[in-house]
Amino acid sequence: MRLRVAFSKQGALRYIGHLDLHTLLERAARRAALPLVYSQGFHPAPKIQIAAALPLGFSSRAEMADLWLSEDRDLVSLRADLQSALPRDIQILDVQQADDRAPALQTLVVAAEYEATIPDEFASDLTSRLAALMEAESLPRVRRGKTYDLRPLIESLEAAPAEGSGETRVLLRLAAREGATGRPDEVLAALGIPPESARVERIRLIFRD
Amino acid sequence: MLTPEQIETKLDRILLKVQKPGRYVGGELNSVVKDWDSADVRVALVFPDIYDIGVSNVGLKILYDQVNQRGDALAERAYAPWTDMEALMRAEGIPLYALESKRPLSGFDLVGFSLPYETLYTNALNLLDLAGIPLRAGERGAEHPIVIAGGHSTINPEPMHAFMDAFVIGEGEEVIHDIINVLKLRNTQYAVRDDLLLALAKIPGVYVPRFYQPHYMDDGTIARVETLAEGIANPVVKRIVAKLPPPPTKFIVPNIEVVHNRASVEITRGCTRGCRYCHAGMITRPVRERRVDEIVAAAREAVRSTGFEELALLSLSSSDYTHIEELVAAIGEEFKDEKLTVSLPSLRIESVSIDLVDKLRGRRGSGFTLAPEAATERMRRIINKFISDEDIINTTREIYRRGWTNIKLYFMIGHPSETLEDVQAIADLCKRVIAEGRKVAGMKVKLHAGVSTFVPKPQTPFQWVSCDTRENILAKQALLKRELRDRNIKLSWTKPEDTLLESFLSRGDRRLAEVIFTAWKNGAKFDAWEEHRRFETWMSAFAEHGLDPAFYTHRPRRADEIFAWDHITAAVRKKYLFQDFRRSLEGHIRVDCRLNCYACGILPTFADLRRDNPGEGWKCPDVKSPRKADVSDRGQPLAIR
Repeated sequence: MRLRVAFSKQGALRYIGHLDLHTLLERAARRAALPLVYSQGFHPAPKIQIAAALPLGFSSRAEMADLWLSEDRDLVSLRADLQSALPRDIQILDVQQADDRAPALQTLVVAAEYEATIPDEFASDLTSRLAALMEAESLPRVRRGKTYDLRPLIESLEAAPAEGSGETRVLLRLAAREGATGRPDEVLAALGIPPESARVERIRLIFRD
Repeated sequence: MLTPEQIETKLDRILLKVQKPGRYVGGELNSVVKDWDSADVRVALVFPDIYDIGVSNVGLKILYDQVNQRGDALAERAYAPWTDMEALMRAEGIPLYALESKRPLSGFDLVGFSLPYETLYTNALNLLDLAGIPLRAGERGAEHPIVIAGGHSTINPEPMHAFMDAFVIGEGEEVIHDIINVLKLRNTQYAVRDDLLLALAKIPGVYVPRFYQPHYMDDGTIARVETLAEGIANPVVKRIVAKLPPPPTKFIVPNIEVVHNRASVEITRGCTRGCRYCHAGMITRPVRERRVDEIVAAAREAVRSTGFEELALLSLSSSDYTHIEELVAAIGEEFKDEKLTVSLPSLRIESVSIDLVDKLRGRRGSGFTLAPEAATERMRRIINKFISDEDIINTTREIYRRGWTNIKLYFMIGHPSETLEDVQAIADLCKRVIAEGRKVAGMKVKLHAGVSTFVPKPQTPFQWVSCDTRENILAKQALLKRELRDRNIKLSWTKPEDTLLESFLSRGDRRLAEVIFTAWKNGAKFDAWEEHRRFETWMSAFAEHGLDPAFYTHRPRRADEIFAWDHITAAVRKKYLFQDFRRSLEGHIRVDCRLNCYACGILPTFADLRRDNPGEGWKCPDVKSPRKADVSDRGQPLAIR
């Protein structure tokens, strides 16, 4: 049976990476006594797919992973078992059964939405800076020694005041296809906002039909 | 003092600038976050190396469990930040904090350091400094935590005496409760720090250095150690538990990759083999074993509560566990349907060991580790680890034949009276092992020879011998490098500087404290890490204090010398150790003490404990004599029970 689990990732777990999340899910499944399906061979690995890597430091209320089990289980009790086996900073939002023959989860993701909360000191004339960025022809950036164009990875940008907090929210919709993934921290930097001053949360993954 | 919220806000700004921020945030499964205000005594347990190394430390895990099981106390954890994080913490004014509550360590009642090895000493100083706690015990006042250290290296606490309020000598499971019970009275009965320390000093197994005063002879050795208070022990005898308590099972599950990412169950404590170089084997006596059913139940619960993919069955010598075959069968049966790797370290060099590991293999590892330690008969007699070349060849051949491609053999150079011939024999043995392996398994077989250098340790039969010189060590290593050029033999070794550092810290006296302080002040820390090697800093610290490192490393000790650590005892008598040292010089083997009690001193010291726990649990003989107290009460000896 192929499970599709939607979950949030908050608090201390913002600081763990993609591979570590993989191990975390494997161990949680084992604690919950879920019969994971393992690969054959010298070093058997559990069959777990995570939809899209989340950059270190960002929280999320929209993560998704597929886990394969060797036998069918009742989804309601499974969800309760898995939740109690997870660290407190991961909350399950939904568990569904997925079609066994569906393509790998990673290949289905096309975009992701982020909400960045920034201090007001960086909020003046934000709207015009957002517009300027959207109007740019290209935004050449260097990451890990390679040049790439950030602009086509930005699908939309929008500013919204956060109620009464003295902070401002920026909503970013960025491409998240394999080999073409926009990073919210790079967009913030392009807007003149130091990424470490912002709190960034992934709020939605967008899948192709 | 910063609040947890202030610390978290500051952390958020810096964590993305450091490698592996997951080290600094806590939030692991099975970590215990208790209500701060409802605890009378708050304990911070510190492993003074990075999280990746410290988080799996079993000693601290035991203490964490013991304290957190109490309703009136809480225990949290802290580790050494790596240098990138430390620099940012200092720049941002973030003190060392505990991972659970994010409270500064200076706000705890007790800060407990684990010091299993000497190269952590400078880190301990660095962490006190980062915590804003005065480094010297004498500079701490009513507002500061009590700082205590324990762990194997503290069987000679003297080099660190200036920085710790107290040391725990021996095993911590029971004494931690005695300490907490005293700390509970801090605001009432023991408001004056000296009174509190004196109360701690009266707990069996607790050493409070300020109540002991060494006097030196003209040659720099110890004349005597005077006690400065009434009612405190001299010597301080280590604490042991008579019966191993239920092992911890709710291991903290790190969210990031760490060393020893696994659950473990201690199957035995202590060792009966009596290898003369082995610090652990001498100071962790007597051997106490857990029952098979208790081990299997703990293993089941540990795997269930952690989801770890690996289980380690810990002991100093797995093969010597009385019921090892039964245990391995039971573990194999218990986990037969699960993807679990079970490791069984420290196996004897015999084919039975291969059968044991064979039965345990789930996810199959590709390496097999054995520790012959020496390669000539003469040297094996000296160190009391007698294995014949034929046993080594037959066992390794069989390991290769059964499909392992990598064997790791541990050797030591620098044993007492070692010559270049003894070292040559190591190279010859390695070559034979790989040649024989090729006969049964072809050219793909590999050998890793890990050749470390012997460091004479306090409270062992070799505490009288001098450490090998830098020149000798280099010559011996050059020989091995020259001889072992086979591309399928990997050789690793210890730099002589690291050996010498460990050597002077191991057998240091109180004067070493100033050397440690100065070395730390001038930048020494993470001394176990190659990239932080600062031997010159240490040498200039010695020079600054007018001390000669050779006094501690290379000086052969007089037979009647009073050692700096003689007022501390692991309950193996000095006379016994000296006799064993003499036997070593004569090439006499001492067999496993399960077969023949050599009266090392454990039984007379712990006669009452043994008497109350007769039978299988201990590997020492039963004690049938009456209690001393009973004798005096009744005026005549009781009949033997």
